Amino acid sequence: MASTEEIRSDLAEIVNDVAGVAVADVQLDKSFIDDLGVDSLSMVEIIYACEDKFGVSIPDEDSKNLKTVGDAVAYIERASN
Amino acid sequence: MTTVVITGFGATTPLGGDAPSTWEGLMAGRSGVRLLEEDWAADLTVRIAAHVAVEPNIDRVEARRLDRSSQLALVAAMEAWRDAGFEPGEENSVDRDRLGVVCGTGIGGLHSLLGNWDVQKDKGPRRVSPFTIPMLMANAPAANIGLKIGARAGIHTPVSACASSNEAISLGVDMLHLGRADIAVVGGSEAVIHPLPLAAFSNMQALSRRNDEPERASRPWDTGRDGFVLGEGAVLMVIETLEHALARGARIYGTIAGAGISADSHDMVQPDPVGYGQTLAMKRALAEAGLSPRDINHVNAHATSTPQGDITEASSIRAALGGQSDSVVVTGTKSMTGHLLGGAGALETFATVMALHDRKVPATINVESLEPDLGIDIATTVRDLPAGDLAAINNSFGFGGHNVAVVVTNQNITPGKA
Repeated sequence: MASTEEIRSDLAEIVNDVAGVAVADVQLDKSFIDDLGVDSLSMVEIIYACEDKFGVSIPDEDSKNLKTVGDAVAYIERASN
Repeated sequence: MTTVVITGFGATTPLGGDAPSTWEGLMAGRSGVRLLEEDWAADLTVRIAAHVAVEPNIDRVEARRLDRSSQLALVAAMEAWRDAGFEPGEENSVDRDRLGVVCGTGIGGLHSLLGNWDVQKDKGPRRVSPFTIPMLMANAPAANIGLKIGARAGIHTPVSACASSNEAISLGVDMLHLGRADIAVVGGSEAVIHPLPLAAFSNMQALSRRNDEPERASRPWDTGRDGFVLGEGAVLMVIETLEHALARGARIYGTIAGAGISADSHDMVQPDPVGYGQTLAMKRALAEAGLSPRDINHVNAHATSTPQGDITEASSIRAALGGQSDSVVVTGTKSMTGHLLGGAGALETFATVMALHDRKVPATINVESLEPDLGIDIATTVRDLPAGDLAAINNSFGFGGHNVAVVVTNQNITPGKA
């Protein structure tokens, strides 16, 4: 299964693709909205792209709690197990 | 009444990626119509259309949220805005509370609508883009322009089929006349070259089927015409009160002297064969401009290349201008651009203003056998306009029975600065 760093790296590519954020800026401690400037509709696209990429299901009631890149990576790691 | 002048043009059309190349293409008599060689067109009856000559250059992330109709509108609007001497954003001197946008469209964000429906059918509702609605809504091109230039005086989207962008110009002029704005970006955008509209228009028998001769398919007033050619593109222009333009030393292309709007109230898609509504729109535009038929030198006709429409319009022009029609040069530039639907009125108002500005009327191309007894003088070659004061009419008519005529003049043109 994918390592934390592999998931972070793949997620960074998605965030770059959807929202134009530089890949290097997508670090575990960063808040999607406050630090990376991702808007709420782009966040929805990022979640859906993660479901496709990582083969996991991220229901809306969970996705709203994924504030930071670290939150999302940890969720995906758990959901992949 | 407040005088309204044009101080900036922007265009992305089948003839060029900007306003100068579009005008050059019109004067050169080039056709922007091409054979559709894409796989999706293989089973269509009509396999010709007029795509924009230059794909829109929009930042990748921004483009994900913009329907093609908004992308084309933004390209043209920002060219017009720069042409008028402004920069994007808030750093310019314009009072944003006095800055408006009116951008028409005939159909709206069709590619976004159908594309996301395809996604939903194939992959389920969860894969539909959350941007779908703000992409497909018909007011999106106007709203995107407004966001880009910071317009706060009001943003409007007339939707009146093929009359939409002439109506946009007319409503923009009204905003200035009514004192609701001092300056506005007005025009229209359309991007619906997709198998569905091609099939639908084709099944109405509205489109030319001249697949073997794409560049010769659009041929207004030629006896061999068999329908219009679907085009795409956007044309936007900056209009402002003469006072506002002079105060900032703006370069002026021409004056919008008046507009006339009417409705056929006859049929959803067929023009009234008597042309009463078309004539009424032209007469109202002349009245608002304070001009008489003898002041008119030129008409850029709606002239879509349909068998009935071109004949009806010729008799309407004759009815509006009377015996004066003999000395009016009429042209149909859709022979080169195809039919931009909601972008057509703005493209042709641009062509009309430039014809007065340069005193040269672009030719109607592809007229090999002119329809007899039209009673109007059709330019089948580039024609010169005389010295002195000039005035012209641009006509647009649309499904639904919408008729909009715009009268432009060469008053207030900045000397020696083309």
